[in-house]
Amino acid sequence: MKYVDEFRDPRLIRQASDEIRRLVDPSRPYRIMEVCGGHTHAIYRFALADLLPPNIELVHGPGCPVCVLPMGRIDEGLSLVDEHEAIFTTFGDVMRVPGRHGSPLERQARGAEIRMVYSPLDALKLARERPDRHVVFFAIGFETTAPSTALTLKRARELDVTNFTVFSNHVTIVPAIRAILDSPDMRLDAFIGPGHVSTVIGARPYAFIARDYRKPVVISGFEPLDLLQSIVMILRQLRDGRAEVENQYGRTVPWDGNLPALRALADVFELRPHFEWRGLGFISQSALKLRAEYASWDAEARFAMAGVSVADPKAAQCGEVLKGVLKPHQCKLFGRECTPEMPVGALMVSSEGACAAYFSYVHRRMAAAEQAT
Amino acid sequence: MTTTIALPRVQAFGDVQVEMAHGAGGKASRRLVEGLIVPALMPETSGEPLNDAASVTVGSEQLAITTDSFVVRPLRFRGGSIGDLAVNGTVNDLAVAGATPLALVCSLIVEAGTPSETLRSEMLAVGEAARRAGVRIVGGDTKVVEHGKADGLYITTTGLGRVDPRARLSPAWVRPGDRILVTGHIGDHGITVLLARGDLDLAADLGSDTRSVYPFAAALVDAVGADLRWMRDPTRGGLATSLNEIARDCGLCFVLEEELVPVRDEVRGACELLGLDPLHIANEGQIVAIVAGASAESALDAIRSVRGGEAAAIVGRVDAAPARTVLAVASYGGTRVVDMLVGDPLPRIC
Repeated sequence: MKYVDEFRDPRLIRQASDEIRRLVDPSRPYRIMEVCGGHTHAIYRFALADLLPPNIELVHGPGCPVCVLPMGRIDEGLSLVDEHEAIFTTFGDVMRVPGRHGSPLERQARGAEIRMVYSPLDALKLARERPDRHVVFFAIGFETTAPSTALTLKRARELDVTNFTVFSNHVTIVPAIRAILDSPDMRLDAFIGPGHVSTVIGARPYAFIARDYRKPVVISGFEPLDLLQSIVMILRQLRDGRAEVENQYGRTVPWDGNLPALRALADVFELRPHFEWRGLGFISQSALKLRAEYASWDAEARFAMAGVSVADPKAAQCGEVLKGVLKPHQCKLFGRECTPEMPVGALMVSSEGACAAYFSYVHRRMAAAEQAT
Repeated sequence: MTTTIALPRVQAFGDVQVEMAHGAGGKASRRLVEGLIVPALMPETSGEPLNDAASVTVGSEQLAITTDSFVVRPLRFRGGSIGDLAVNGTVNDLAVAGATPLALVCSLIVEAGTPSETLRSEMLAVGEAARRAGVRIVGGDTKVVEHGKADGLYITTTGLGRVDPRARLSPAWVRPGDRILVTGHIGDHGITVLLARGDLDLAADLGSDTRSVYPFAAALVDAVGADLRWMRDPTRGGLATSLNEIARDCGLCFVLEEELVPVRDEVRGACELLGLDPLHIANEGQIVAIVAGASAESALDAIRSVRGGEAAAIVGRVDAAPARTVLAVASYGGTRVVDMLVGDPLPRIC
C-alpha cells in the first residue's frame, strides 16, 4: 500500500536502527518524550522498543485528548442528555470513557440517545434532520480536530440552526509541553513533536522549546521508519550539542501550518483563562472556548453548566503516567482493577492512551518474560 | 497414564447490565457466556473450551448441531445480505467442527412495516445460499414484532451435520511446531458492512466474503486427516479473537508473521484511516486452521485447489511460550502482543 509500505520497509528500518546504535553514547541514558498519543500507539503497535538500544527511553506525553480530559467534563456533557433530553454526539474515542455514572456507551445501552459521529458536520446534519430535539456535539481533540469543529460552527451560524450546540473540550498542545518543561521532576532530553497537530499549527510554535529550554524537537510521522528517523535526527542534535526544531514529517507538515485552518480557529475560538488537565492540573490558556459571537451554539453558555470537578479514583496514578514519571505497568491498578475492558482511568480507554497501548501490545509478553526469569 | 489439563478458572459475571460490547464477540462476550450462560445451562461443562458446534452421538453416528442468530444493519451490503449470512454462518460453524452440513431450520423475527419485497428478497437469498452450500432447509418459524423493535429482520438458523470420523479436532491436539493457515483475505466482511452503514464518507471496491467454507474444511480433512488439529471461522472479533481463544484453550503461543497474513489494500487502507486492526475485523467466509508442521504445505495446496482458496496462506506457527498468548512479528523485527477485541471496534478520530 502506497505511503505505508515504504515506511515499513525492513531494509530501511534496519538501516535506521543501526544508525541509532552508532549514534548513542552507551554511557548515558536518553529520555525522549513523544508528545502525541498517536505516536505512543505507533511505538507500541510497531514494537519499536525492540529496535532501540536499552538506554533510549521513550516517555509518553500528554497528547492523548481523551486521556487528559478530567472526568467531570464527561459527566457534564452527559448531563445534557438527562436534563435537556439532548442527543449526545461525539467521536468513537470518547464512547468508552468512564464518567461517574457510566461511559457514553453504557448510557447508550440504557437507552440514552448517544450517537458516534465521524465528523462534527454529521452532528450538525443530525440536528437539521431532527428539529424536534437538541443535538450537542461533545467536541474533543487538539488543534487536529478543532478546525473541523470551527467550520461546523460557522456552518451552523450560516444556516441558523438553533437546536445544535458544541460542548468544547478542545485543548492546545503548546501550553501542556511548557507545563512539562517547567515541572520540577522534568528530566527529558528531547521531544518527538506531534505529527497531526503540526499539520495545523506548523513547526514555529515549538521554537521556544529549543531556544529557551535548549531541547531538540523533531516533528515526526507515524510509521516505524518516521519515528526511527526522528530519533536519529534527535541523537544527531544531542551529539552535536544543537537544540533545534526539525521537521521529519515534511510530506504533511508545512513549516507555517495550515493557514485557512488557523484562520477558522481564530474566527470561532478564543483561549480560556485556564483549563484543568488530568494529571497536569490547571494550565492557563491551554484550551479553546467559543467566542461570544457563537454563544448561541455554545453548550456551556446556553445551558449554564456548573463546571463540576470530579477527582480521579484515589489509587489511580494516571497523572504520574501522563507526566512520564511512572511507566503504565508501575501504576498500582494496572492490569488488575484497571484493564481496557474495565478502565478506571482514561489512559486505559483510548488506544492512544499509554496504558491501553502497553496493555494490548506489550504487557503479556513482559509478564511472561518476568515469570521465565 | 493420564494427564489432566487444569481448566481455567471461570469468573462469575458481575456486570450490572448487558452492554453492546457483550455481543461484540470479544472478551466481554466471552465473560458473559462463560460467567452467566454456561454455568446456568450447562453447569457440568463449565470451564471447558467452547466450540462452534456441539457434538451429539446418535447410535453409531456422530452429529454436530449448532445455532446462530443474525442481526445486521444494513440488511443488504455489497457481496451479500442477512439471508446469505444466516445460511453460511451456520453452515460454517458445522464445517469447522468437521461436519458435513445436512439440514437447517430457519426462524424469522420480522419487524412490522418491513416491505414484503425486502422479506421476499431475503428469503430468496436464504434459498439460494442453501442451494449453493448443498444443505436443505427443513423447517422454520416466523414471528412479527412491533415497529421499532427490530432492525427490519432478524434470522436464526439451526443446523445439523454429520461429523467426518477422520476429523479429530480439539485444542488438546495442538502442539508447538504446528502451523497456522487462513483460507484467504481477512477483514473484507467487517469493513464492507462498516462502509455500507454510510456513516463514513468512505467508499471502497470491496465486498463481503460471505460463503460456505465447507469445501475448504472438507478438502483439509481429505488432505491431512488427523494432522488437522483445530479449525474456526473467525467471524466477530476477527482472526485475533479466534487465535486468542485457541491460545487460551490449549495454553500455547500463536505467532503470526504479520506480512504473510493476506489483507486487501482496501481493508488495510480503511483500517489505517480509522485506527482499526485488520486482525480484529469480522470475516464470514474464511477458516483459520491449525495443522501439524509436516502437513502444512499439503494442507495449503488442498485449500488452494478449491475455487476461492487461491489467496490461502500459512501465516504463522505455534510455540510453547509465552503461554496463552498471540504475537505478531513484523517484517522489520518488532514483536507485539495481539489481544482479543474489547467491545466493538470504535474508530479513532481525535
